[in-house]
Amino acid sequence: MTTLAPDIEHLEEAWHETPGLGSFLTTVDHKRIGKRYLYTGLIFLVIGGVESLVMRIQLTHSNLHVLDPETYNQLFSMHGVTMMFLFATPVLSGFGNYLVPLMIGARDMAFPRLNAFGYWVFLGAGLFFYSSFLVHRLPDAGWFNYTPLSDSVYSAGPNVDFYALGLIFVGISTTAGSINFIVTILKMRAPGMSLDRMPIFVWGELAMALTVVFALPALTLANVLLELERRAGFHFFAPASGGQPLLWQHLFWIFGHPEVYLVVLPALGIASAIIPTFCRRPMIGYTYIVLAEMAIALIGFGVWVHHMFATGLPAIGLGFISLTSFLVVIPSGVQIFAWLATMWAGKPVLRTPMLFVAGFIILFVIGGLSGPMLAAVPLDQQVTDSYFVVAHFHYVLVGGAMFPIFAGIYYWAPKMTGRLLHEGWGKVSFWLMFVGFNLLFFPMHILGLRGQPRRTYTYQAGHGWDFLNLLETVGAFVLAVGILVTFVNWVWSAKKGQPAGHDPWRGDTLEWATTSPPAEYNFEAIPTVRSREPMWDQPELGPHGQPPEAGGRTLGGGHNTLGTSLLEAEPEVVAPMPHESPWPLLLTLALTGVFTGLLVRAWVFWAVAAVAAVVSVAGWFWPRGETQET
Amino acid sequence: MYPETVGLEPAGDGKLDPVSTGRVGSGRWPAAPVVFVAVGVALAAGGCTGDSSVVSPKGPAAHSVAGLWWPMLVVATAVFTLVAGMLLLAAARGRRKTEDQAKGGAPWGEPFIVIAGVVVSGAILVGFFLFSLGRMRALAESGRNTKLTVSVIGHDWWWEVRYPNGAVSANEIHIPAGVKVRLALATDDVIHSFWVPRLGPKTDMIPGQENTLWLEASEPGIYRGQCAEFCGLQHANMIIRVVADAPADFDRWMAAQAHPAAPSDDAGRGVFETQTCAGCHRIRGTAAQGTAGPDLTHFGGRATLGAGVLPLSPENLRRWIVDPQAIKPGAPMPPTTLAADQLNALVAYLEGLR
Repeated sequence: MTTLAPDIEHLEEAWHETPGLGSFLTTVDHKRIGKRYLYTGLIFLVIGGVESLVMRIQLTHSNLHVLDPETYNQLFSMHGVTMMFLFATPVLSGFGNYLVPLMIGARDMAFPRLNAFGYWVFLGAGLFFYSSFLVHRLPDAGWFNYTPLSDSVYSAGPNVDFYALGLIFVGISTTAGSINFIVTILKMRAPGMSLDRMPIFVWGELAMALTVVFALPALTLANVLLELERRAGFHFFAPASGGQPLLWQHLFWIFGHPEVYLVVLPALGIASAIIPTFCRRPMIGYTYIVLAEMAIALIGFGVWVHHMFATGLPAIGLGFISLTSFLVVIPSGVQIFAWLATMWAGKPVLRTPMLFVAGFIILFVIGGLSGPMLAAVPLDQQVTDSYFVVAHFHYVLVGGAMFPIFAGIYYWAPKMTGRLLHEGWGKVSFWLMFVGFNLLFFPMHILGLRGQPRRTYTYQAGHGWDFLNLLETVGAFVLAVGILVTFVNWVWSAKKGQPAGHDPWRGDTLEWATTSPPAEYNFEAIPTVRSREPMWDQPELGPHGQPPEAGGRTLGGGHNTLGTSLLEAEPEVVAPMPHESPWPLLLTLALTGVFTGLLVRAWVFWAVAAVAAVVSVAGWFWPRGETQET
Repeated sequence: MYPETVGLEPAGDGKLDPVSTGRVGSGRWPAAPVVFVAVGVALAAGGCTGDSSVVSPKGPAAHSVAGLWWPMLVVATAVFTLVAGMLLLAAARGRRKTEDQAKGGAPWGEPFIVIAGVVVSGAILVGFFLFSLGRMRALAESGRNTKLTVSVIGHDWWWEVRYPNGAVSANEIHIPAGVKVRLALATDDVIHSFWVPRLGPKTDMIPGQENTLWLEASEPGIYRGQCAEFCGLQHANMIIRVVADAPADFDRWMAAQAHPAAPSDDAGRGVFETQTCAGCHRIRGTAAQGTAGPDLTHFGGRATLGAGVLPLSPENLRRWIVDPQAIKPGAPMPPTTLAADQLNALVAYLEGLR
């Protein structure tokens, strides 16, 4: 290994980013960007969580007056927008950003500056959304924002403009990130990592990215049409002018249902990453799990009308969508049975990450079992828009995505900080979250059956709703305390936790071959992979780089990574990687100006910002005598 | 396929052993999940209580849906018990295993995934799909031949009800018990959704289209419902009451509703006609012909005011007229300032409109 030493010195030099404000603003390191996504997303989790706690206080008992109806409507609208677009998607992108290059043996994402741009735009859009708080004009027509309630007749204020422009804005970030994931995953895997050796977590991120690319345009289109209708006199949705309100619902849910899956898919990938490590054996049914992930992504595009079973659509359409909605349960079930088989055959070790995964399986199964009930048209027509649906999708999304995210925090934070989280407090956090979650969301099934509609700021006594609502509020606070325990644990452990070493769990995938935290260049030598579980089958892998005789490539210590072929990952090209750049941030600032100008109708300001955006793009692509990403 | 020395010790680099905290494999499974299931089942069994419950049906449509719900609940509970049981058992077995045993081949694994995950799950799901499709068709077809059509029009935030004989009411629908009634659903503004859980599925009211729903109550009684599609500030207080009368009573009621209430020309009528009330409300047989708000011709015969926000009583009516915004913030009705004697006369007049 001493033979690598000169190359490693070159690597240190070539990849070094000098700490300080300059590199803070210009970094293109996927690990720094990934952590930013995580931390920012978790701050939005706190914001969205506080919104839900305030709503729960209002709903503790019938006829309370903690909130006026307008504030309640703003809170539940922003709770949905925040949790979907500013917490779940970015945090899962954050894990992907941090981990995908490490898991596939690359030195960075394919387009590092696009990666930085994606984060900055996400931050800009998040701030854009919440700037509405300063003027007390948070979006108030729900995250689903149905017309005509959201048109200029019934929502004259700027609330809905914050929503529509904010979603178009944040969509730029999600799209950029997804394209980056697709190219990185398909073209930058370490030699030997053919598609059938790719970690399932990476498959999950790929499924998410592909879903985004095909689903998001529908949402962006819907919001462009809505803004044209609201502010430029177009008529797409208003029936009095020949529009069709259901057009919005179709466009929204053609995006909206895949959105649910694109949150769950990478989260299922987290579970699939953790289970083999803690069952001490390879996953049983790898191929089935991968096919199932892809099947969910695909079928997810054919179920949107089950959000519209009560709108009076023709029966034949309802029947078709009912069938696909039943069938989408199958690939979810396949994954669950594959995990169960792996746990049954292996030796499950209930460290905190695995405990969160076990809890996730329980909750996801409950959410999966109420799914077919909502696929059955007549039953859906009874309980849709009641608390039964609220229960269902929180089991799927909070149980199915947030619990894996917390499992991922306990599993991978040691890789990021070099220190393990405290195990005992981790378990305390899990049990508080698990108990609190069920106390909060299980009674919602019953409230829905008892006829309580969702999205109501208050309710009357005497319908059998009071006691269960009280339970839910108690559960919400227990859940919140559980989440808080993990945050404190994380901050405390980052400084005082037990040192993790490079591979604290004896994991099977390549991220455990790097130091904790990884070097700026990730791998001293880009490894050659000969197994689906390289860390278990290739003892030469470790933080000191795979020796050249085993296939390790330092690429001469330059600022390069390796491009490989799509299916078999055969080496094709040594790709020079771009350095730090101010342009992603500057372009984001310009775009923020563009969207702000649109919002407040400041056209001169808007024009200046648009010119600045063009200049930023030109600066980004300006030839500098070195090969740049395109 | 797996390391020779599997264990959770950190490999190499001689740092602290995170696992030596002694907790390897000793993660305990408290009884909490079991308690949850028990509590859950107990709570679910209580789902039938309450005056708006989907699972205490009072009409054939709701009966049909409840008949779909119970088998699905039973199967779901069985599947959950199996999966959760297997999970717990796998964890319990794992504690007694050596790591060598964990590495062993599992030839049953993939067949198990296919059989449990695809074949059995698929059969159950397709079975329920066909079952629910049958119920959907039956529900649609049994609504084909209705004799009576009632129009229900959603407004922010109240319900307008129109009968074929010209009778107009609000926030209460009278129907004959044991008879299928067709509801023609429309909206005057945003999307609303008509839902009376004990009588059957909901249907949205969407601008620019007319949806239909058939409604039948098996026996006379009062069935509560409320708007199920978010429609703005007072979505929470858009409550509807379906009053099922014996058919003969219904016929009498509908006939009476088509005419003005018993002649009454006390001072209250004058107040109503000369103050702002008449700008928005109609009382047939008087000069008050506003159409923005509910028709009040037989207002005194209703049980609630403000679309169910309060029970109708002289005291509540007085509060409502003086300051509706304190009771239903955002409702279109403005506060009204009246002298005490005017207010008393107005309340007495409205209460008398039966």
